[in-house]
Amino acid sequence: MAINWFKYSSPASFYSLAGKMVPIFFIAAVLLLVAGLYIGFFVAPTDFQQGEAYRIIFIHVPAAWMSMFLYLIMAFWAGIGLAFNTRLSSMVATAIAPTGALFTFLALWTGSLWGKPMWGTWWVWDARLTSELILFFLYIGFMSLQAAIDDPRRADKAGAILALVGVINIPIIYFSVQWWNTLHQGASVSLTQSPTMASTMLMGMLIMALASWMYSIAMTLMRTRVIILERESHTAWVSELHQKEATR
Amino acid sequence: MNWESWSEFFSMGGYGVYVWGSYCVTIICIVGEIILISKRRRTLQKHLGLIHESTAKEIKNETTS
Amino acid sequence: MFWWIIQRDLLLAMRRRSDVLTTLFFFVIVVSLFPLSVGPEMNMLRTMAPGVVWVAALLASMLSLERMFSSDYQDGTLEQMLISPHSLSILVLGKAIAHWLVSGVPLVLMAPVLGIQYDLSVDALLVLTASLLLGTPVLSLIGAIGAALTLGLRGGGVLVSLLVLPLYIPVLIFGSGAVEASAAGLGYEAHFSLLGAFFLVSLVLAPWAIASSLRISME
Repeated sequence: MAINWFKYSSPASFYSLAGKMVPIFFIAAVLLLVAGLYIGFFVAPTDFQQGEAYRIIFIHVPAAWMSMFLYLIMAFWAGIGLAFNTRLSSMVATAIAPTGALFTFLALWTGSLWGKPMWGTWWVWDARLTSELILFFLYIGFMSLQAAIDDPRRADKAGAILALVGVINIPIIYFSVQWWNTLHQGASVSLTQSPTMASTMLMGMLIMALASWMYSIAMTLMRTRVIILERESHTAWVSELHQKEATR
Repeated sequence: MNWESWSEFFSMGGYGVYVWGSYCVTIICIVGEIILISKRRRTLQKHLGLIHESTAKEIKNETTS
Repeated sequence: MFWWIIQRDLLLAMRRRSDVLTTLFFFVIVVSLFPLSVGPEMNMLRTMAPGVVWVAALLASMLSLERMFSSDYQDGTLEQMLISPHSLSILVLGKAIAHWLVSGVPLVLMAPVLGIQYDLSVDALLVLTASLLLGTPVLSLIGAIGAALTLGLRGGGVLVSLLVLPLYIPVLIFGSGAVEASAAGLGYEAHFSLLGAFFLVSLVLAPWAIASSLRISME
């Protein structure tokens, strides 16, 4: 029985599919979050070097990973939407951007909060924090470009070009910041490769990464559904759907 | 179990401010995002409601006139 | 055709000479603001000079980005370009080079003069000018993508800078880094090779991106 995947590329059927999937991903995210936090706070030992402050790692690293990962996925869907002119993929790309920007902000916030006890200052021009900041500007640029264009089709395509140009630049920015940073001060303590990652710490962090992954999928699907409704509000299936919901 | 008492748990070995500072902001952002999306959805439903009523009214006028 | 576009744009720029001069004077003013704010202490200024000159060059070239396509957009020549038999990428490349000639080259010529204001040594001045010469075309090419994307949008000027600044950062890092490295005796070859690489990559990829974003904006 060949599943006709293309059925789900039409916004109407995708809407109902996403509707069913959102709660599943949300519950998975909450369960993983609870498990991760439990391991992070109650099972993982205190770090001999950093004391208790290292526990911020359980949200800092997943947030940083997610921020870069979501940008790549956003650029992927934006590229698909541009190449195949499929409206739904551009909607998904537009839906990913705010969650990605949120994770970048969280990575910056927790990074600087972690830097304060460890390096003594709120903001350190560490190569990772700086490229994270630039990534945040890329997200803001993408969202403001899409917000400035009224016609959704042009907004999707313009955003797609910007996302693709941005994706080409991410490695360049990362390495140039890496190069720039090592010139100025010695390579400071790297946040992710702390010397010996006790297995429980690593386990906690990976579970939190999975939780943030589930969470972003749930968020993106929810936002895609809202975007679908916004853009298809004139269509018949939306008003009929609305009637069903109004009468319920 | 690492913590003997709740107060020690919250002090987090002296780094409580930083650890809980970052966790609280994370929770605030996540909850904020969920609220924003549902608010956006609710205003949309209202907006759809208006469209629906206006079209329903038009159909009624055409059929009656 | 390629040369015709460049000549046409240069002719247009010469007619509205004020545009060329505003970019140049903006550059000069911004660069000379810093000693006033930071204080006249010489060795502080000397270490700051490359960064200040580069950031001013970045802002100056971004200033005139918006006008790159807007005048053609208003009077319809842009539509003619879109439907002309010649490939849009070549035309757009011509426009970007014209923009570079109008806003990039004057900055490069002006940089030594301003360098003296910051008491830079002679070879640091040479390295600074060379890095600007190599870097400003990249600014024009990448900036043209932003200009094409935000064509005809309200508040386009601010939006262009928001889109384009993150993409300028590698050029800024290696541009000002080259001068610091040569001053510190580390040699500027590595930085120049990277600047050259950025230039070649953007020379190849940017026209395609500019052309497709123009087609999107003109739909």
